[in-house]
Amino acid sequence: MGLRTPLYGLHVALGAHMVDFGGWDMPVNYGSQIEEHHAVRRAAGVFDVSHMCVIDLHGARVREFLRSLLANDVARLTQPGKALYSCMLREDAGIIDDLIVYFQGPRWYRVIVNAGTREKDLAWIRARAAAFEVEVHERRELAMLAVQGPEARARLASLLTPPDAAAALAQGLFFGTQLGEWFVARTGYTGEDGFEVMLPAEGAVELWNRLNELGVQSCGLGARDTLRLEAAMNLYGSDMDETTQPLESGLAWTVAFDPADRSFIGRAALEAARIAGGGQRQVALLLEDRAVMRSHQRVVTSAGDGSITSGTFSPTLARSIALARMPAAAAVVGSTVQVEVRGKLLAARVVRPPFARHGRVLVELQGDGNSAT
Amino acid sequence: MSNVPADLKYARSHEWVREHSDGTVEVGISDHAQHALGDLVFVEVPAVGRTLQQGEAFAVVESVKAASDVYAPVAGTVVAVNEALGKTPEAINQDPYGAGWIMRLKPAGALAAAELLNADTYTTLADAG
Repeated sequence: MGLRTPLYGLHVALGAHMVDFGGWDMPVNYGSQIEEHHAVRRAAGVFDVSHMCVIDLHGARVREFLRSLLANDVARLTQPGKALYSCMLREDAGIIDDLIVYFQGPRWYRVIVNAGTREKDLAWIRARAAAFEVEVHERRELAMLAVQGPEARARLASLLTPPDAAAALAQGLFFGTQLGEWFVARTGYTGEDGFEVMLPAEGAVELWNRLNELGVQSCGLGARDTLRLEAAMNLYGSDMDETTQPLESGLAWTVAFDPADRSFIGRAALEAARIAGGGQRQVALLLEDRAVMRSHQRVVTSAGDGSITSGTFSPTLARSIALARMPAAAAVVGSTVQVEVRGKLLAARVVRPPFARHGRVLVELQGDGNSAT
Repeated sequence: MSNVPADLKYARSHEWVREHSDGTVEVGISDHAQHALGDLVFVEVPAVGRTLQQGEAFAVVESVKAASDVYAPVAGTVVAVNEALGKTPEAINQDPYGAGWIMRLKPAGALAAAELLNADTYTTLADAG
């Protein structure tokens, strides 16, 4: 038996197909993964993400600590509630994890890390927090629900008191607010608008049921994966890990090199890699043929081989899409590469990510999906 | 619980076989198999006229999760295929024993020799995982 979230019993009662996910028993779908995916692109869906790890950091020097710990710069967070996406790096710039950090106040930040990396992340953070007199509190008593889709914010807001609903709806993108016992943030992992809600575990089942009553679709990890891949968002452990750096994982935009005098873990290795150039880059691929790209498949390019890091069938595009890592010289939008799918070399086009967002396809599909060859 | 019609025969590799009065058999994958695969997105059907050995891979069903081969439950010659699956692969999820049929085969020999399972035996096998 794996670890269970406070919603485990409800998932089973709803007929979810449960799978092991990093040691957790999680719902992969409640029937049709594709219907759940479409519900989020077109209306609203709810995901149990309570397996993720919420860590509160407190202390007079917590800002200074995070400016040293993270590759992105929390000094960019000037308004309370504002959130930032960042990598946490090793000295050699290998990615320990990707995370979201919320600025709660001058002495308090909240960090959300992945479930599968929880123990090593906590160990890494604790080992460095002491020198800054920062206290590290894991908030295991919280459940987390992601409510996503064009109608998600309105549906969730209808469950709040009028003043809380107004406050929640007034939040800008990537802001979070404490509303009574709930922390409501305008964040997500689907390429749609929505909220992520952290709340005391004992209230999670009731919230889920009330969202279902409002027509919000129960969604599993299967739809979460196809939605995030259409939005070209990385998955830790697939698209990056400790052996890869942000610059070769499509995450250069998350590294704050300015100001030049900010010292952070991994900075020296990143600057060396930037000067050296070349290496590998992440690309987004659209398959021209009717088949499905999968992780670890070989990508053949004019500059050498690469590899698929995440591949799937995109329900919104009705085509196969992937993220891949390949030689920088061949990572040119518009060029064609070949992917080895079940023993055959099939044509795929390098496209500008994301593939889909806010209910719309954002790449040129060029005809019916049949290869020109 | 998956649906296992009593009037069909089954292979251990999760295909079903329906005997027709003209001596041909219809073949598809079981409800248990479609459920395990998840939403199907592509189906590759064989060419009409192809001869198959028992246990030979004749079709590929690809779901959001993975691609899987489908194996011939009996030896024979393909006499018809379900071309509609090219446009509507989800028919296998929605109606695995009807609109989700994959091919019709003229068996090379007696069906009894294929040692197919009856519904009860297949149910026990499928429930065991």
